[in-house]
This record gives sequence, C-alpha cells and structure tokens, in this order.
Amino acid sequence: MDIEWYLVLSALLFATGFLGVMIRRNPVVILLCLELMLSAGALALLAFSRMLGNQDAQVFVLIVLVVAACEVVVGLGLVVAMYRRRLPLDVDEVKELKG
Amino acid sequence: MEQVAFFVGAIGALGAAFAVVIVKNPFYSVLALVIHLVFLAGIFLLLMAQFLAAALIVVYAGAVMVLYVFVAAYVGGIEEPKWDSSPELRIVGPILAVALFIAISIAVLGSGLSALGTPGPDDVPAGFGTPEAVGHLMMEDFLIAFEAASLLLLVAAVAAIVLAGRRREDRKKQLTGGEGA
Amino acid sequence: MTATWAWLVLLFPLLGSLTIGATFKVLPERTAGLIGISAIVAAFVCGILALIGLQGEPSESRHVASSLWEYANVGGLKIDLGIYVDPLSIFMVLVVTGVSSLIHIYSYSYMESDQGYHRFFSYLNFFVFSMLVLVLAGNFIMLIVGWALVGFASYALISYWYRRNTATKAGMKAFVINVVGDIGLYIAAILIFKNLGSVDYGTVFERAPEVFTTNEWEIVAICLCLLVGAFAKSAQMPFHTWLADAMEGPTPVSSLIHAATMVTAGVYLIARCHSLFELAPTAADVAAWVGLATLLIAGTIAIAVTDLKRIIAYSTMSQIGYMFVGVSIGAYSAGMFHLMTHAFFKALLFMAAGSFISAMANMQDIDKMKGFRKAMPFTAAMFIIGALALSGFPGTSGWFSKDEIIDFAHFRGGMYDWMWVGMLIGAFMTAIYSFRIIFRILPGPPCEEAEYLEQHGHVIHGEPKNPATGELEDTEVGYPGEEHHIAEQAGGMKFAMAVLGVLALIGGLLQIPGVDDVITKFLEPTFENSVFAHMHPSTEDSWIGLGEGALISIAGIATAWLLYIKRPDLPVKFRQRFSAIYTLCVNKWYGDEIVDFLIVNPVKAFGRFCNRIFERFAIDGATTGVAGLTRSAGAAVRDLQSGLLRGYAVLMLFGILAIAVYFLIRSI
Repeated sequence: MDIEWYLVLSALLFATGFLGVMIRRNPVVILLCLELMLSAGALALLAFSRMLGNQDAQVFVLIVLVVAACEVVVGLGLVVAMYRRRLPLDVDEVKELKG
Repeated sequence: MEQVAFFVGAIGALGAAFAVVIVKNPFYSVLALVIHLVFLAGIFLLLMAQFLAAALIVVYAGAVMVLYVFVAAYVGGIEEPKWDSSPELRIVGPILAVALFIAISIAVLGSGLSALGTPGPDDVPAGFGTPEAVGHLMMEDFLIAFEAASLLLLVAAVAAIVLAGRRREDRKKQLTGGEGA
Repeated sequence: MTATWAWLVLLFPLLGSLTIGATFKVLPERTAGLIGISAIVAAFVCGILALIGLQGEPSESRHVASSLWEYANVGGLKIDLGIYVDPLSIFMVLVVTGVSSLIHIYSYSYMESDQGYHRFFSYLNFFVFSMLVLVLAGNFIMLIVGWALVGFASYALISYWYRRNTATKAGMKAFVINVVGDIGLYIAAILIFKNLGSVDYGTVFERAPEVFTTNEWEIVAICLCLLVGAFAKSAQMPFHTWLADAMEGPTPVSSLIHAATMVTAGVYLIARCHSLFELAPTAADVAAWVGLATLLIAGTIAIAVTDLKRIIAYSTMSQIGYMFVGVSIGAYSAGMFHLMTHAFFKALLFMAAGSFISAMANMQDIDKMKGFRKAMPFTAAMFIIGALALSGFPGTSGWFSKDEIIDFAHFRGGMYDWMWVGMLIGAFMTAIYSFRIIFRILPGPPCEEAEYLEQHGHVIHGEPKNPATGELEDTEVGYPGEEHHIAEQAGGMKFAMAVLGVLALIGGLLQIPGVDDVITKFLEPTFENSVFAHMHPSTEDSWIGLGEGALISIAGIATAWLLYIKRPDLPVKFRQRFSAIYTLCVNKWYGDEIVDFLIVNPVKAFGRFCNRIFERFAIDGATTGVAGLTRSAGAAVRDLQSGLLRGYAVLMLFGILAIAVYFLIRSI
C-alpha cells in the first residue's frame, strides 16, 4: 500500500473529529472527538515513520498517547466538576468567560 | 492481501468515527470509539508498529475508554437538548470539516514528499516496531521526553483530583450537618 | 602594609555602625556605646599605624594607592574601589578619628538617658565611616561617594530627634543644600574625565599641567564646580544658611560634624586638588574672596545673635572662612593646621556649651544664662580655654594657626593685602564674640538654674521645651532624655573635654615658626610639586605677624570686657543708634530670605504651575487618553470573546488553515 493512502485516511479521521467538535455540544462527546483527532495525528506519524524506515516516530506516538491520557483525565475531571456543581453539560451554556 | 486488510481497517475506523460523531447517546459514542480504536490498531499493524497497536488496544481501548464509560454513566446518558444556541454551526461545521480535509490533503500530497507513491522501504531494520526496539529508543534516546511525560501524567492526576474532588468547605458542611458556610 | 592599615581604618567604623544598628534590640545601651567608642578608637590606632608605615618611606614615595576591586570599567572610564594614602589624607584621618573618639566618649555620658542611644551611636559611627571614605578616597568617584554619604549622615543626625519639627526641617534644608553642592562635584568629575580621561587622583594631578594652560576656561570651570561642592559642604556664602539650623541636632553632633570634621571637607577638597587650583588662579581667588566675605559676615552675625549654639556655629563658618582663604592663597599647611586646631577648640567649645545647655534644662539663650562661674567651674574653665584658643590668645593653638594664615596673605602682598586687613578685622570680631559669651554667662549673680545647681548639687529638670519654638516636646524622642548631664558630674564628658582642653592649649606648639614646623614638614610630600611649596614668610616676619595677632586678640578681649562688663549700657545704646545694622546682623544678613526669594519661591511657584496646568492637562490627559484608547480597543474586539467553545474552535481552524495556505504558497 502506498503511503498516501494512510495519510488520506489520517486526514479524513482528523476532519471527522473536527466535525464532531463543531456540531456536538456534550463535553464528553467533544472529548471523544478530540481523541479521534489525536489518533489521526498518531496515524500520520506512524505512516511517516514507515515511509522513512525510522522508528523514532513510534516514541512520539507513545508520547502523544500519554498527552491524550492526560487530556482525558483533566477533561473528565472538568466534566465531573461541572456535573457536581449542577451546571448544564452543554458547552454553549457554559460561557461566563465572555468579553 | 495488504490492500484488503487496509480497506477493511480504514472503512471500519472511519465508520466508527462517524458513529462517534453522530450517535446521540454519549454512552454509545464511547463504544463506537472503542471499535474505531480496534480498527485503527489493525492499521497500526500494517505500518509495522506492533507494540503501539498492542498499547493502543490495552491502554486506550481498555483503560482510558473504561474511564469514559464510568464518567458517561456517572453523569447519565444525557441527550443533547434539541434547541441549539448556534444552529448555523450545523451547516458551517461540515463545510469547514470538508475544507479542513481538502487543505490537509493538498498540504500532504502537494508537498512532493519523495516517498509518496511508494510503500516505503522494505529493508527496515530487524525488529522494527517491536517492544524491544521501542523500549530501547525510549530509555536511551528519548529518556528526557519519557520522564517529562511521566511528570505530566502526575500533574494531570493531581489536577483531576483538585478539579473533581470535593472542596474542603463542602466536606465541612457535610460533617457539621449542613450548617455553617 | 600602610594600605592595609588604611583599609582597617575604614573597616572598623563601618563594622561598628552595622553591629550597633543590627543588634539594637539585643545589646544593652552601654554596650552599644562601648562598641561605638572602641570602633573609632581602633580606627584611630590603625590611623597611627598607617602614619608610622608612611613615615618609614622615603619622602618622595610617601603616597600609596590601593584598590580592593574594580567598581566599574565602561567606555574608557575605569573606577576602582580604591584609596589614596598620603600625608594629607593621613592627617585628615588622624584629626577625624581622634576628635571623633573623644566626642564618642563625650556622647557616651551626654546622651545617657536618650531613648535612641543605639541609633545615635550607629549614626555616629556611620558618619565617621563616611568621612573616612571622603578623605581616603583614591579617585573623584569615591570622593563623591564619601561626600554624599557624609551628607546623608549629617541629615540623619540633624534630624535625630525626629519628632521635633524644627529638627526635621533643618535636616532637610542641610540635605538639599548639600545636594546642590554634590551636583557641582558631579559636574566637576565629568569635566575632569572628559579632559583628562581619568578620575584617579594620581593620574589627574599628574596630567593636569600637561593638558591645561594656566587659567584656561575649562580648568577654571572645573575648579568653580569643585568650589560649589566645597562651599555647600563647608557652609560658605551663599550656601551657608543650613549650618546655623543644623544646631537642632544633639550637641555632640554639632561638635563633631558641624564644627570639627564634616564642614572642613571643603578645605580638604581644595588642598587635595591644589594642583588644579594652581592652574586656575582665578578660581582660587574666588574661593579666597568668598572665604573672606563669609568670615566677616559670619563674625558680625555671631556678635548679634543670642542662641549659644548658633553663636558657635557662626564662629565655625567664620573660622572655615579663614581656612578657605588659607588653602586658596597657597598657605596649605597653615590651612590644614588651622583645620586641626579648630577641630580641637571648636569641639571643646561645643562640648562646654552642651554642658551649659544641660544645666539650663535645654535652654540655649545666653540672655537667660548668668553666673555659672561657681556652679560649673570645670565647664567654665574649659569654655574659657576654648574661647582663648578661638580668639587667638598668645600661646594657645589658635594663635599659631590663624596668624600663620593671616601672615601668609600679607606675605603674598598685592590684592592679598586687602585680605590681610579683612582677616585682621575678622580676628578682632572673633575675640569680641567669643568673650561676649563668657562675659554674659559666667560672671554676675547666678541665674535660677545656676543657683539651684550650686545649692543642691544637681540639675533642674525643666519642662521639655523646644529651644527654638518653646513648644512642649515628646520626651520619647524629641529631647535628649529626661536626665541632663553636665561635665562636672559625668566622667566621659569630663575626660573628653579635659583632653581637648589640653590639645587646644598646647596643640599650637607643633608648629612654632622657626622652631619645629612639624605640620609643614609632615605635609611637604603632598604639596611638594606646588608653586607655593617653598614660599614661606621669614621667621622674623612670622613672629611679627604673631605679635600683631596677639595684640588684636587682646584688644578684642578688652573690648568685649568693656562692652559687656564695664559698660553694659554701651551695646544697648549701640543697638538703638544703629538699629539698621543690628537688625541686619541679628537676622543673619537675611541669608534665608534672599535664598527664599531667589530660589525657593520661584521653584515653589513653578511647582504650583506644574501642578495646576501641566499635570492636569498633559499628564492627566495622557493617562486618561491611554485608558480611553485601551477601553475602546477592547470594546471593538470584545465580541470575539464569545465564551462559546466551538466558536473558538472555528477561529483556531482558520488560524491553522491560514498557516497551511502560507506554506502551500511558499512551496509552489
């Protein structure tokens, strides 16, 4: 398989994730879509890694996974905090920080 | 054979991804993401990243997604309200997503990378993508990044406790039976 | 070795000041006083050791420059944290540390019941340190550092009783006028660096004759700027107004700073820069004429005013006038000699005055003092010794030193003969005002306080009043404590005064014309390249001058006796007949008013103008303008901050797309 197939797949997944961020308002789902985008990035990294025959990128992907895990932890912590303070679980409703 | 595997994986991963975005109940979204990750792990295998494929399934589809399931169950399968404060995004969103896809595709394919159109070199070093190779890289060449990542995880854990944990006043209130501030 | 001792001279007072200042909560008061005294005595001992080291050198190499480290080296300007030890600086070190030691001992008793004992000794040690930096400095920058530090120390000590309004105002006045002088020094240092490429004493004095021709305008400008600093520090016209007000400080401070040491810094500066002043005779003449004017005017004021400390303060201005004339006309060793003897007898006079003031429960008006002869015999004797030396009575130290200056003016002849006449008149006035004090406060029926002291053996403790305004005072700080101390009953005061009394009497024997000339010989290495180095009046002329001085002094004392004892009605009549002159003198020739009119009021008016017009429109307008600009800019972009997460995502996407497009265009 040529490398560009993997890259196009990665781009599609990334765009899908972005679409999710655009049209969904539930913070949990938005976080899921962010995961989609991150995994698309990981896929692109791996494709380049295969293309160059260099496995350094695999470590990068591992770090990306770690960062994603951190983001999940903080993001879900926020969701739980919102829920506990009885805030609506809708990112459009939580907009006190506006100018 | 490889093509078949790729297309099966690609269609599965994309389909699951769309499911994540479209399904109304967040609980099902999480499950769709698990499926997506399984297909993605298959594609990782095609790219000779055995260790990462395994890690993706065990750590990601396993542990992290369980966390999602817990939270989704905790906050309840709340469906989004019908009323949308910014309905224009329902139309603009897909357009932008398509634009993004086109932009990325042009950026990648138009960049004239020398390996485009080839499946990449065949003479990869022995043990490419095995846990041993990745472990050596991680512990020898990228030790600082590895340590930084572990520190980041620690910080994130503390942050989660601070964010989601009960505040001290709340606990006091509980202990004194709801009196006092 | 000499340099090491000189550094130690600097170290001890600094250590003393820091120790006392840092441990004021822990150490008992007496210990703090003892630390202060021992620090200065140690500095004095090190000064003597440095002197011995220096005298061991051959006379042509009797100067040591030493540097601890480089202070700055930028743009060709190299400043060392360095000292310069030569006979002149060692002479000053010995005078400063010697007199300071005695005054510290005096203060140990005098300030005994003051609440701020630690503070006082910390300041006092700090002052000595600053003064030593000034005299030991190895370049003009260090000189300026020391110059500014003594200015601060003087401010802190004048305002020492900080609850006294008059004291804080006097401190500010002294500080401001001294800073004006500092600016003169800065400009001089800049000009020196510009023309000579260095600020080091050695280089500057060596190179100056090569660079400048005599009376070239730049060297005259440098010397005049130096003189501004010297005039301000030494209270010469027109910068003299602060010194009389500085008497608000405790008496030991007046004695140390405003009589014996700090105010003589200007004299030291001229002597130190003599090779510059000899290239600029015009500037030197200016200094001499200003000194002469100051000594005459201050003398007339001292005859008129009645505040005991202020009389002595004006006398100080007058005597420094003599020193200025001396070092400006080339009588360097005579000027420095007078500086030393003046330090002795003026410190003694202030100490005795402090004792009288204590006995009067802090009153300073000589009209109210009377008949202290029997009540305070020791203080009276010491005051008489000081007054004799001040008026140049034959045999005392002042006789030798003052008449040497006067004599040198006559020796140079020409224009300087006028100065000679002026200084003789000044000497006559000196004798009158010194003995005016004595004849007013010692003989006659004792006043209430003196009688009480005579009968009960201890001092009346009157109400704590400000001597200047008569207001009741805060006994916590605004006052030298509840207990007053007089020399008869306080060992420290008695010891210090006795030592100074002896020095004031016999200090002149160091330099008897034609006999020993110790000071001249000692200072010779410093002034050897001077054109006046080997110009001396002959021994016979010197003795003729001393004879004239003796006659004038005795005539002055006799006049004072006539005016204040024999015919006390004469001064009253004189006052009525020549009321204009009297008013002029008693108002200090309106010095303060002139300064107010010429400088203070215009500056105040300018300040008010700035406050009303400039600040309101320019400054306020600028700030509100900037604030309004920011606000409207914020209003313009506020809507971007919608708070909508997905809105931000869209914006971010546009950003990413823009970057992608940029790279695409570049790659084509």
